[in-house]
Amino acid sequence: MGTSLQLSEVQQQQLRQAIQDGLPLTPQPYQTLATALGVSESAVMQTLTQWMDDGLIKRFGLVVKHHALGYRSNAMVVWDVPDHQVDQIGQILSQADAVTLCYQRPRRLPEWRYNLFTMIHGKSRSMVMEQLAELIVQHELDGISRDVLFSYRLFKQCGGHYSGRSQPVNHVTRCHSQQTVRSSCTARSSRNEQSQVAYG
Amino acid sequence: MNKLDRQLIDEYQKGLPISSRPYLEMAENLGVSESEVIESLERLQNSGVLSRVGPVFNHKKAGASVLAAMAVPDHKLKDVAEQVNAFDGVNHNYAREHKYNLWFVVTAPDQDSLDLALQEIEDTCGYEVMPLPMVKSYYIDLGFKIHWDA
Repeated sequence: MGTSLQLSEVQQQQLRQAIQDGLPLTPQPYQTLATALGVSESAVMQTLTQWMDDGLIKRFGLVVKHHALGYRSNAMVVWDVPDHQVDQIGQILSQADAVTLCYQRPRRLPEWRYNLFTMIHGKSRSMVMEQLAELIVQHELDGISRDVLFSYRLFKQCGGHYSGRSQPVNHVTRCHSQQTVRSSCTARSSRNEQSQVAYG
Repeated sequence: MNKLDRQLIDEYQKGLPISSRPYLEMAENLGVSESEVIESLERLQNSGVLSRVGPVFNHKKAGASVLAAMAVPDHKLKDVAEQVNAFDGVNHNYAREHKYNLWFVVTAPDQDSLDLALQEIEDTCGYEVMPLPMVKSYYIDLGFKIHWDA
């Protein structure tokens, strides 16, 4: 058992690997992780707290699958914002309840002129479009050209794995599995979703 | 889903206790038993509502990642999507209504391996990959507000 609260590089790597698919559902989950890694429970808790303080972990909690909760319409709304306004409009959009992501990305001219990306999730296509219309009216965004890219098929969704090709085989299998119900990753097509929306 | 399932989702998307008995702490807060919390989380995970109880890493700090898009003829979309999925670092892959109809996220330990992965994807699939890395994030991920009644 390690007694130091400071985990080595390798131990930190192992902890990240161990936790990326979720915290064990045992009464003392941090102790469960610690035992598996041969370190102390307090070192695990301290490292996770440190990662949150550093911003390596953005959020630590229940990660819900929107799709399974009926949020089947997901639109990426992209905006062509004048460069001097992008921060201001990015802040505004990121605070809207309907917006679940808001990122600035580079334009790729001539093919792609949009530089601000937002995601809006809804239970139906019309719910998403209503929320978007409200946003535009409320914040006077009508003059900014945009495009709405609804998703119509989900091929893969899972958490990020960063350990590269050296990761254990079971991780890869788990992530690519199409049969395992309890999986950190779904790789499937949704016929229902497909039939709900027109091809654009 | 029962009341406890919904309460857990509403209350604990953004902050799980980091203490020796986190599920007990959650249980006490919600007026139920520790085992009820654990059973509820297990059930939510098994039914596919819950992806995991745990961390959402900041992609930028956890390694390199990029959103990428490809314009693929409709009749090839499924095959190309499967080719893209076969790459280890691909963790999201959606078809979207646009000329750029395949959208995926690729992660790698560092920028060099990421560039290499994008090149390999492009070579394997035979369509140009348009990389759109994050320049700036305006959104702080606090989880997703569920409208249960809607």
